[in-house]
Amino acid sequence: MLRLPPFRFLVPKTSREAASMLADHGPDAMVVAGGTDLYPNMKRRQFEPKVLVSLRGIADTRGITANGGLRLGAMATLSAVAAHADVIARWPAVAKAAGLVSSPPLRNAGTIGGNLCVDTRCTYYNQTEFWRASIGYCMKKDGHICLVAPGSDKCWALSSSDTAPVMIALGAEVTLVGPKGERRIPVPQLFGRDGIAYLAKRPEEILTDIHVPDRAGWSMTYRKLRRRGSIDFPILGVAAAIQRDAGGIVTDARIVLGAVHTHPVEATDAQEFLKGKRLDAETIEMAAGIAYKPARPLDNADLSYAWRKRMARIEVGRALRELAGLPTGDLPPVVA
Amino acid sequence: MKCPVTITVNGSAHARDVEPRLLLAHFLRETLGLTGTNLGCDTSQCGSCTVLLDGAAVKSCTVLAVQADGCQVTTVEGLAKDGKLHPLQDAFWEKHGLQCGFCTPGMLMNAVDLLKRNPKPTEAEIRHGIDGNLCRCTGYQNIVASIAHAATQMAGGK
Repeated sequence: MLRLPPFRFLVPKTSREAASMLADHGPDAMVVAGGTDLYPNMKRRQFEPKVLVSLRGIADTRGITANGGLRLGAMATLSAVAAHADVIARWPAVAKAAGLVSSPPLRNAGTIGGNLCVDTRCTYYNQTEFWRASIGYCMKKDGHICLVAPGSDKCWALSSSDTAPVMIALGAEVTLVGPKGERRIPVPQLFGRDGIAYLAKRPEEILTDIHVPDRAGWSMTYRKLRRRGSIDFPILGVAAAIQRDAGGIVTDARIVLGAVHTHPVEATDAQEFLKGKRLDAETIEMAAGIAYKPARPLDNADLSYAWRKRMARIEVGRALRELAGLPTGDLPPVVA
Repeated sequence: MKCPVTITVNGSAHARDVEPRLLLAHFLRETLGLTGTNLGCDTSQCGSCTVLLDGAAVKSCTVLAVQADGCQVTTVEGLAKDGKLHPLQDAFWEKHGLQCGFCTPGMLMNAVDLLKRNPKPTEAEIRHGIDGNLCRCTGYQNIVASIAHAATQMAGGK
């Protein structure tokens, strides 16, 4: 049986108070929202915080409001986001990505803020303490080298959020609250460039709100690749958002890949390529051929990395075909 | 350091002092002796520990008892009322929705939430609805049939 290590559990009433608690306890403290990823990781001793600062006692953090833009309270559950009528109607890629995270009972407990900040993952890291001890530990926890790239001076654990690529594709921002004040940053600035320091926010800052701009007139989707369609983390995520003028010419394009690097990767060359073009089958094929190039899968997730790289091209193509109203080539569902 | 909590389980309030690391699953099984909730994988994959927390199905091996302070919890022991089985329990009996029975409490509690959100699910919706509950006997066909049967019964149909 895997037991949790002991810790103190603090329940602040405001975000500012939570940030102060995190600042006071420094590296000994961690923040917990739903806990669906954190607690299993703690059972495997991937984290051993002495203090947990819970966000569940803070008022008004679960709200979802859609006026011009969309505001998601960070503690809104993934179930609530996926089932929200305005989110489904106006930001369908957000609803789709939230609804593809894990399974229903975990989406009832897991939060949108938690998924955005979810820990990076690696075959050599997401294991029990016993397993990691037997292989000599990696630099992300208790060790000194990267076991997937032993010559590397950085950690290559994969960004595994389903919602982060979508938020970046839609130009979303987040509010971060610290002990002394708050700031609002674009989602790409939330992420660092290393599998260990994967969040670029200050450790004491709490993510309180996600702001998604009005994207009326855009087409958007999210596609997810994994072994088991029921519960697995992504081994590839593709978020795509396209704006076209009345004549069908692409005026803006956003393609963001998940689970191919330590952070979500924007396919900037493909985005530029698509602008000014019509979204036909040939253009999509060429765009997909450009978009998958920045994907750098290593042998540290499920299935073969060469296949995951090839699938990045195929899945970008399918995402764009979906937006263009062309057949995606997906197999029909086994049961209706 | 222990924390005082009051958790209402199947309608009865229970006040206890608990360690922060005590999981809701262990609170139910070991503190209250309600062993209907099973623990399978410990890592929130298998779903055998599923209970209702304020009406929503959650995996009680990733919820702390201190997080459930002030909440309403329903376990499989709370499904039958006045000696009469819940329609889902009847349906699992009727359609042979269990083999070894280990996943059954979690399947039932998850199905309660599923049918509350979607009283007339398609077969695909039922299958996706139990995405987070594993049956090691692989008895999924009859579990899906049981949930579909319960949905029909609860809608008053035959």
